Amino acid sequence: MESLSNKKKVLEQKPLSFMERMYLPAIVKGMGITISHLFKKEATVRYPEVEREFSTNFRGMHSLKRDENGKERCTACGLCALSCPAEAITMIAAERKPEEKHLYREEKYAATYEINMLRCIFCGLCEEACPKEAIYLDGPIVPADYLRKDFIYGKDKLVEAPLEMKK
Amino acid sequence: MDTGFIIEKFILVVVIFAISLVIAMYSTYAERKVAAFLQDRLGPDRAGPFGILQPLADGVKMFMKEEIIPTTSNRWLFIVGPGLALLCACIGTAVIPWGTPVLIAGKTVSLQVTDINVGVLYIFGVVSLGVYGVMIGGWASNNKYSLLSAIRAASQNISYEIAMGLSIIALLLMTNTLSLKEIVAQQHGFNWNVWYQPLGFLIFMVCSFAETNRAPFDLPECETELIGGYHTEYSSMKLGFYLFAEYINMFVSSAVMATLYFGGYNYPGMDWIAAHWGPTWAPLFGTAIFFGKIVFFIFFFMWVRWTIPRFRYDQLMNLGWKGLIPLAIANIIITGVVIAIIEKF
Repeated sequence: MESLSNKKKVLEQKPLSFMERMYLPAIVKGMGITISHLFKKEATVRYPEVEREFSTNFRGMHSLKRDENGKERCTACGLCALSCPAEAITMIAAERKPEEKHLYREEKYAATYEINMLRCIFCGLCEEACPKEAIYLDGPIVPADYLRKDFIYGKDKLVEAPLEMKK
Repeated sequence: MDTGFIIEKFILVVVIFAISLVIAMYSTYAERKVAAFLQDRLGPDRAGPFGILQPLADGVKMFMKEEIIPTTSNRWLFIVGPGLALLCACIGTAVIPWGTPVLIAGKTVSLQVTDINVGVLYIFGVVSLGVYGVMIGGWASNNKYSLLSAIRAASQNISYEIAMGLSIIALLLMTNTLSLKEIVAQQHGFNWNVWYQPLGFLIFMVCSFAETNRAPFDLPECETELIGGYHTEYSSMKLGFYLFAEYINMFVSSAVMATLYFGGYNYPGMDWIAAHWGPTWAPLFGTAIFFGKIVFFIFFFMWVRWTIPRFRYDQLMNLGWKGLIPLAIANIIITGVVIAIIEKF
C-alpha cells in the first residue's frame, strides 16, 4: 500500500558482513563511547547539600499565611479540606476571644490545623480553594522522617513565622 | 627445611592473601565508581571522603544480615559451596611471580610463593575447580533457578576452558616452559608476549571474561532470567563469599593475563632502574608496575561490563565452540609453522 505520510521505511534485513560478525569493531566503538563518558560532567545533584533550582510554580510544603498585621488569615472554613482529593487536611475551628484580636484576622480561626504529608499529593487544590489566601504551597521539599506520626504537620510547622521574627 | 624459609613463605602467603582480599574489597567499590562515572553519575560518596569506606560499610552490612539456610537445602553442601568458591579463588595467587627477588634486611626474598614447574597447569586446575563452588552452591540450594544457573556456569566454564587452553598452547610453543617464573623472565624489558601472540591474547582474554562469569558472559547470574542465579538462596556472609570470590577471580585473571602476555613485572627501562635504584627498590618498583597492569585489567573488566550487553545463551555457545576454538586451533597451527620456519633458517 502506498504510504500517505511518506514516513514509511522499508526495513532491510541484510545478513551481517564479516566485519559485523567479528563483533570486535563494534565493541571497540562502544567502548570508545563509554570511556568518553568518563570525562563528562556528572548529572548528579548532591541533594541534601546542594539543591536543584526549582521552577517558579513549584509546589512544596504548605505554609499558613499571615496578613500585613501579622494576624493569621485562616478562618477554618474547611474549603481546603473539602477540596483536598487525598483527604490530607483536618482542622478544628474555634471562636476568637476579644483579647486574641491581634492574633487572628477573622472571628473564627483554626485551633488545630493538620496536614498529613504522607497523604498529600501536592496538587495545590487547597491553595486554589482558599477564599482567604491563607494557604500556599511555597515551601521546600518535605523532608524524610522515620515515623508516620512525624509526617502529620500541625500549626507549629505550618504557620508562617510572626512578622517581628521575620524582620 | 629451615624455619627461616617457612617463616618467609608464611609471611609472603599472608601478605598476598591480605592484598588479594583488599583488592577484591576495593574492586566492589571501584566497580560502583566506574559504573557511575561511565554513566555520568557520582557513585557511592557518603561513607568517608569520596565514599572510600563504602566496602567496610558493605562488609559490616553483610555480617549483620540474617543468616538463612533453606530447610529444603542440602545443609552441608550449602555451607561448603561458598567456602569452596572463595578457597579456589584465593589459591590461584600462589604461583604468580609478583616480582624479581628483593633484598630485604640482607636477605634475598623471592616474591613468589612457590615456583612449580607446571605453574600454568596449576592455574588452569584451580580455575576449573572454581566452578565447583558455583555448582555445589546452586545444586544444594534446591531451587530450580539456582540449579539452572549452576548448569549454565558449568557448561559455560567447560566450553571456554577449551578455547583458553588452546590459546595457551600457542604461547607455550613459544616459551617452551610451563613455569610462570620463566615465562615472565623471558619477557624482559618490552619483549612482551602480546606482541607475538595478539590473537592468542584476545582469545585468552575473552575466555577469562567467561571463566570469571563477568559481563558480557554473566549468564549464571543474570537477574532478569534467573533471579539472582546460583546465589539466589544465599544470604549474609555466604552471599558475601560468592561475591568476593568473583572479584578475587577477576584479580587472579588480571594477574595471569598480565603475567602471561604483558610481561608481569617487566617494563621498558627496567635495566636502568635496576642499576640505579639498587636491589631493594628496583624489584619493588617492578612489583608496583605489575600491580598497575593488574589494576588496568580490572578496570578493563569493569569498562567492558558497562559497555556490552549480555550474550544470549546460544550466542555464547556459538561464540565459544564455533568462533574461539577454531580460531585458537588456527593460532596454534600458525605459531607452529612460524616457529618451524624460524628454526629451519
